[in-house]
This record gives sequence, structure tokens and C-alpha cells, in this order.
Amino acid sequence: MKHIIKIMSLLVSVSAFWISLLLTSIIPESYTLLLPIYLIVSLGCYGLLMVGIGLMRFPTCPYESVLLQQDIVEAKEFLKENEVDVGSD
Amino acid sequence: MVIISDASMEVTEEKNKYSIIVPTYNERLNIALIIYLIFKHLSNVNFEVIVVDDGSPDGTQDIVKQLQQVYGEDRILLRARPKKLGLGTAYMHGLKHASGNFVVIMDADLSHHPKYLPSFIRRQMETGASIVTGTRYVKDGGVHGWNLMRKLTSRGANVLAHTLLWPGVSDLTGSFRLYRKSVLQDVISSCVSKGYVFQMEMIVRASRKGYHIEEVPITFVDRVYGSSKLGGSEIVEYLKGLVYLLVTT
Repeated sequence: MKHIIKIMSLLVSVSAFWISLLLTSIIPESYTLLLPIYLIVSLGCYGLLMVGIGLMRFPTCPYESVLLQQDIVEAKEFLKENEVDVGSD
Repeated sequence: MVIISDASMEVTEEKNKYSIIVPTYNERLNIALIIYLIFKHLSNVNFEVIVVDDGSPDGTQDIVKQLQQVYGEDRILLRARPKKLGLGTAYMHGLKHASGNFVVIMDADLSHHPKYLPSFIRRQMETGASIVTGTRYVKDGGVHGWNLMRKLTSRGANVLAHTLLWPGVSDLTGSFRLYRKSVLQDVISSCVSKGYVFQMEMIVRASRKGYHIEEVPITFVDRVYGSSKLGGSEIVEYLKGLVYLLVTT
């Protein structure tokens, strides 16, 4: 099943649920009408939260840069011994 | 093929050959460094390196020929193209000349370190996965050389892509991957995007087709960030790519 169909059916079922809430008046209509807005706002907040958390916990590896420099030195020595002319970068 | 003998529970690998495709453009120094590191870290693995050079004016191809003298023309294949023709076609071109049953794609600028190649191979052998992709965004992975803005856009793009696409992998735009050759051929034939959206499209399509995908942590040292710009047009391209993937995969 295509992904977009999954998303669409999710949206349709949520809308159907919302409309049924409106029609059956379990919750007062004034609240029900605002529910989609609450949902969108909560989704937005959740998204921002995930971005913020991810940013705080972003894995970094400064030591890797050092290791890489060591590897480059080692590689250059080998290449020089074997007469591969790389010149300067 | 993996043979497990009952008596000694020893696993021997036979006939697994890894073709490493490295697209290059003006990577005269880096290609030599990367080939040295690949040979260093894969010393007891059957592999070949396929350099797909797009007519670099800085003499990259001459360096590759010198490296062929050192390591052997059967281990380093130079399959050049006349000019810059794009990453996707570079992979397809390399794939045509690949004699292994597994294909690794990686960048030539040393942001992908060959020392992770054994962990890709090991993970694939342990799980029998069709694709092993490197991820920078997990605990043992990481990035160096990105400023706050870059990290923010990366994280924001990631959250957006995960919300819309449910891709099943943590690093969508990464291009350090190991594919079973038949799987790569299948996936690449159905991809049409360019640039990093292409990398996203490959992994999303593979995920939709139900291929077994595993992830290994990798570290990514970005030495060239200063020169690449992440401007408004890149963001627009990315959003367009997302919508395209949302609707067509």
C-alpha cells in the first residue's frame, strides 16, 4: 500500500471520529469544534520538542577530527614511500 | 555465501566480494588517502574499489593510475566519465563494472572513514540484511565540523521527514551504505531524484519494498562545510523532495 494512502486513511478516520463527536454531542459542541486546532497545535509543539531535544543531544565527535589527521599523516607517509605523487592539497 | 560447520561452529566466508564505488570530482589528494585507508582496514576481505571520476581537471585520474601501480589494477578500477554527470548515474555506472555481490557506496572527501567498513560487513553477515546504512545520529555515531545552524537544519529536516515518511531509518540523507548488489540494482532503477534527495529516495524506496535494512553508527567529519552553502534554494529543494517522496513512495 502506498504511504500516502496510509496517511490519507489516518486523516479520514480522525475526521470521521471528529464528525461523530460533533453529531452525537457527547462533548459540548464549542469544545469539539476547537479539537482540530488543539491537535494541530499539539503536533507542532511535539515537533518543536523533538527538534529541541535532538539538538541538545546531537552526537558530536571532536576526537574524530584528531584521529583523522593522524590517519592522513600516516597515509601521506606511505604514499610518499611508494612514489604516489599527491603534491599539496 | 556463509558456511557454518557444525563440528567447530566456525563461520567461514566464501565468495563474498565487496565492490566499493567512490564517485570523485577534484579529489586528487583525498582519493589517495581514502584508498590507503580502505586497504588498511579491509586487509583480509575480498574487495575492489571502483573510482568513478567525472573528468576532474586536477589530475585525480593520474593519481588513481599511480595507485593502481601500487595496489594492482584488479583491486582498483578506474571507470571515468567525460564530465560531471550526477551522483545517481555515477553509482549506476560503477554498478555496471562491479564484480562483487555486495556494493558499498561512500564519499571521497574523507567524511566517510573506511575504518567503519568492517562494521558494515560484520552487521550484514550477522543479520543477513540487504542494506546496511551508516547513521550519524545515534549514540556511538556523531558529527564534527557542523555549527549550530547546520545542526538545527539537519535536526529539523530529520523530524519533518520522519513525521511525513515513517522511513524506518534514523539517517535519511546519509550516503555511506552497503547494499546487496541485486538490491541496489532494483532500487536504483526506480529512483529519479538528484543530490541528497536521491539518497533519501533510495532508502525510502528500499524500505517500502520491504528490504531488510540495518544501521551502524558512523562518525562524520565535515572538513568542507565552510564551502558548501545551505541556503534557501536548498531548503526548497528538500521540501519539494519530501512531498515527492510522500506522494510517490
